[in-house]
Amino acid sequence: MKAAFPVALSAALVAALSALAQTHPSAVQRKNSDYAELAKAPEKARAKVNPLERNPNSIAAGANLFDQHCAECHGEDGEGRKKGPSLRVPQVQDAAPGALFWLLSNGVVRKGMPVWSKLPEPQRWQLVAFIKSLGVLPPADSSSKSGGSGAASISSLPPH
Amino acid sequence: MVRVASFLVVLVTLFFLSPAVSSAQESPYIVTYDQHLEEPGNLEVEYFSTFGTQRGSNNFHSFWTEFEYGATAWWTTEFYLDGQTTFHDSTVFTGFRWENRFRPLKREHFINPVLYIEYENINGADKILKEVEGHDAESDFAAPNADGRHERTREIETKLILGSNFKGWNVSENIISTKNLSNEPWEFGYAIGVSRPLALEASPKRCSFCRQNFIAGVEMYGGLGDRYSFGLNQTSQYLAPVLVWNLPSDWSLRFSPGFGLNDNSHRLIFRWGLSREFSGFGSMVSRLFGGHR
Repeated sequence: MKAAFPVALSAALVAALSALAQTHPSAVQRKNSDYAELAKAPEKARAKVNPLERNPNSIAAGANLFDQHCAECHGEDGEGRKKGPSLRVPQVQDAAPGALFWLLSNGVVRKGMPVWSKLPEPQRWQLVAFIKSLGVLPPADSSSKSGGSGAASISSLPPH
Repeated sequence: MVRVASFLVVLVTLFFLSPAVSSAQESPYIVTYDQHLEEPGNLEVEYFSTFGTQRGSNNFHSFWTEFEYGATAWWTTEFYLDGQTTFHDSTVFTGFRWENRFRPLKREHFINPVLYIEYENINGADKILKEVEGHDAESDFAAPNADGRHERTREIETKLILGSNFKGWNVSENIISTKNLSNEPWEFGYAIGVSRPLALEASPKRCSFCRQNFIAGVEMYGGLGDRYSFGLNQTSQYLAPVLVWNLPSDWSLRFSPGFGLNDNSHRLIFRWGLSREFSGFGSMVSRLFGGHR
């Protein structure tokens, strides 16, 4: 019976914490504030230029990284899910690459977006290149999960 | 016993029916903590194994299983189950640990602090060497398991974790203080690690052997005495190269041969660990309990 205690404790802990982790604000509540964090990027960070912008492999490498680290929350084609907002909206697509890089590096930890500084800087820039290549979803498609008109959605990339 | 078996069945089922998975980006350290927390909703299951040489007694193989869960983007919680086999002696379960790590700052800085607190309920036969503190020494491990397992230790351990990333390098420092709850003095220790991926840019192809999947480094750790005798005198110290291989299939494999730096230390501690990350585990459990995605 004593041996069962830690096992029972861990089960209860995992259940309770997973319930806590799922306590997200509704999509409507989030819509207004999700992208506000981008505006907080300092001017110095915003002015940074993506050093890998002209690298032909950046978008494909970024797509791989996105699939591995971001798709779970933001959707396979960046169209957004309940856990993470769409990245195919003008607020993101029109944002300076430096602002996206800053957001990736700092996260929005109070709202569930992790800090991605554990990825080396070049990989974060590759992610930025991929995100910028997705393009804005047309309004009619924004409610669907069909991918869309992005220049390089994951589904349009050659198989690995 | 039936309850334990049921829980194990559920765990194994979850293991194989896991939802979408993400490629892990694990740090290579085994003792040192860096500033990065588990992504929210992800569960990482890890198994670590340590082979240690022992002068004046039998060598040992200790092991622990770790369940690491990202409760939020600023809070990670972990549960450990420890055990060990001492050659020519026996195999014993040595206890459990529950640790929590909190990120107090909202933004990334040049030095990023993380606060760590752990409760340990282990016995005197515990040999996992997850950290070294106080006057821990090789001779503490010489007692037979039959004696050590009757000595119960309940401790609170705190760490200040400081981590920096600079041009692909990670530098992490841990300052450790431990209080045995049975009226023993505070003990101190440290761990320092430096690491870097073998390549900073990701490959356009998904590959197992790409250089960016390997992170190499070195860590150093040891005791710093206790509140009455602070310092390096009569402490054990270790230096250990570390390597992690992060596979695109969500598995990570770590290796670390550790070398004792003084006479109080084990001459060799060879460690390896295998881990798998389950992305979206929290969502899946939430759905099982009637929650919505």
